[in-house]
Amino acid sequence: MTVQTMRQGMTRRQLLSRTVATGATFVVGSGFIAGIDAAWAMETTALKPTSMATLIQMARDIYPHDHVADEHYAIAVKGYDTTEAAPDIEAGIAALDAAARGKGHASYLETGWERDRVDILRAMEDGAFFQRIRGGLVTGLYNQKAVWPLFGYEGESYSQGGYIDRGFDDINWL
Amino acid sequence: MVAKYELNDDSVVVIIGTGAGGGVLANELAQKGIKVVALEAGGRYLPEDYINDEWDSFGQLAWLDARSTSGDWRVAKDFSGLPAWIVKAVGGTTTHWAGASLRFQPHEFKAKATYGAVQGANLLDWPIDLAEMEPWYEKAETKLGVTRTGDRTGLPGNTNFKVFEAGAKALGYKDVHTGRMAINAAEYDDRMACQQTGFCFQGCKWGAKWSAAYTDIPRGEATGNLEVRERAHVLKIEHDDSGKVTGVLYADKDGNQHLQKARIVCVAGNSIESPRLLLNSASALFPDGLANSSGQVGRNYMRHMTGSVYAVFDKPVRMWRGTTMAGIIQDEARHDPSRGFVGGYELETLALGLPFMAAFLDPGGWGREFTTALDSYENMAGLWIVGEDMPQETNRITLNHDLKDQYGLPAPNVHFDDHPNDTAMRAHAYKQGMAIYDAVGATRTFPTPPYPSTHNLGTNRMSENARDGVVNKWGQTHDIANLFVSDGSQFTTGAAENPTLTIVALAIRQADHIAREMGAGNI
Repeated sequence: MTVQTMRQGMTRRQLLSRTVATGATFVVGSGFIAGIDAAWAMETTALKPTSMATLIQMARDIYPHDHVADEHYAIAVKGYDTTEAAPDIEAGIAALDAAARGKGHASYLETGWERDRVDILRAMEDGAFFQRIRGGLVTGLYNQKAVWPLFGYEGESYSQGGYIDRGFDDINWL
Repeated sequence: MVAKYELNDDSVVVIIGTGAGGGVLANELAQKGIKVVALEAGGRYLPEDYINDEWDSFGQLAWLDARSTSGDWRVAKDFSGLPAWIVKAVGGTTTHWAGASLRFQPHEFKAKATYGAVQGANLLDWPIDLAEMEPWYEKAETKLGVTRTGDRTGLPGNTNFKVFEAGAKALGYKDVHTGRMAINAAEYDDRMACQQTGFCFQGCKWGAKWSAAYTDIPRGEATGNLEVRERAHVLKIEHDDSGKVTGVLYADKDGNQHLQKARIVCVAGNSIESPRLLLNSASALFPDGLANSSGQVGRNYMRHMTGSVYAVFDKPVRMWRGTTMAGIIQDEARHDPSRGFVGGYELETLALGLPFMAAFLDPGGWGREFTTALDSYENMAGLWIVGEDMPQETNRITLNHDLKDQYGLPAPNVHFDDHPNDTAMRAHAYKQGMAIYDAVGATRTFPTPPYPSTHNLGTNRMSENARDGVVNKWGQTHDIANLFVSDGSQFTTGAAENPTLTIVALAIRQADHIAREMGAGNI
């Protein structure tokens, strides 16, 4: 399974016309989901596309960063799209949806407010499924070099000679 | 020319581990013309190999063999299989250490006499004192090139230090500076000056920080007296019918086992592996493990009272730039029971990269309370708390017979409960740490829980009397004359200071003693 940047091929209009679910991500046809702005798309092979879309929403609800695009959350959870992982993940998503229905929502994805989704997650936070997803995100999300600049983090500096001449003591507001 | 010794050469000193204790001891003995085989479980990594990426470096250097945890410390919940963050490599944890190099205070060698009886604490005075250690500390500082000692100047302060210093001064703290660091402020001993690169914990790519990996080890090898066998994991120490140790059994990188004979064995595998090895070496003659007539092997495990405080400001700090731990406040290191606890603590600057901040800021935390903290990562400053914790007999390394390592040997279990003194000291330190940042306009502060232990101490402690501890004032085991302990597990009590300088000073001193005793034919 791959996450690919979609700069050509499908326009946003085409995507929207094929959309079958709402939420942070769109499920486009079978085995295929994409971001609402058509900036990225992902094929699924083992998980149902709606399950992957739910997983991406869950990832964002666990570690919400409004300035981090869905693509990075998708990358963080794409590893669960394997035949080995899929049964447990599908069962977890089914439990998530059941909990949402128990609170009067059609599904987790269609639970409109973050606070309502977070309530659903709080009730399952000690469970193995939640802890697996949360634990995986700690590295899956924050160890993506592409997200580091979004937090201002500069990563290694050795290749540039460190900061000795590049602002190691540069602070002017104290 | 690097030495090469035969397995059946029983005239060699075998040292197990090549870190601050074993690596220094190996070089010091080799310099004196003594034949040494150093067995190191890890591989050899040098500055060009170090990776300035937190998780990749962790994968390269960390000791990740099977371990378990128990007790009420939060590490047992958050990192149940990783009680300690230490290194498996030639040079040991001197690749990872921050470089903070502080002498003990006089009273810290005499904790029992100074603090009196503390309920639940197994306090004991060291059989040595600061006056005896001063010349050895000076040798250690010279070896490591410690800043602000001798005629060496201090490191310049980075942004994280400037925030820390301004807050400290606003609170009225006086003893505030960029630390006594084994990181060169200027070129010293063929090592270059610090380039303010960050990533001190991932191995210094400039070699500006002292590490045994590229100082003592190659210098010892250059004498022709030291052979370092890397990826040689010691399984058991053997002894004869008289109770003298005769050699060690180890597995090479392919898992093949070899028996290296020895005249003397020195154990320096850090405070979890060293007692584990003594316990795993139990025999008919020593059913409770080697050197364990006192029953103290593995007990009194200390890890320093630790914690961190991070703070967010309305403007950027970029704390990851520059030397990671070049900043210290020593005002709280004194013993002053009016604060509600015995002993004291140091406050030292600390920064983590974004990946480790996500893992360690509030392990298990999630939701916007957590993520809004990381959203302000660029505006964050941080400090580490390191204070004296109480030795407790029940805090100990035991063999976990339900968990085996890759060689089929019982893994170590690390049990730790905070002592009420530790908890009171941590609460005080959190309050002071947060006040430091509030004083310079922090908008949020975070009293961050302890990380997996980097300072593992006390599990083969030094004692005047054989009934109270495992080794005498030379690190020689009370029970077996030719078996020594050469790492931080010798510590009788932990003191408030980062332990490496004291481990190095003890190793230099122990080398002198071993050479003298060998010369006299006593061992």
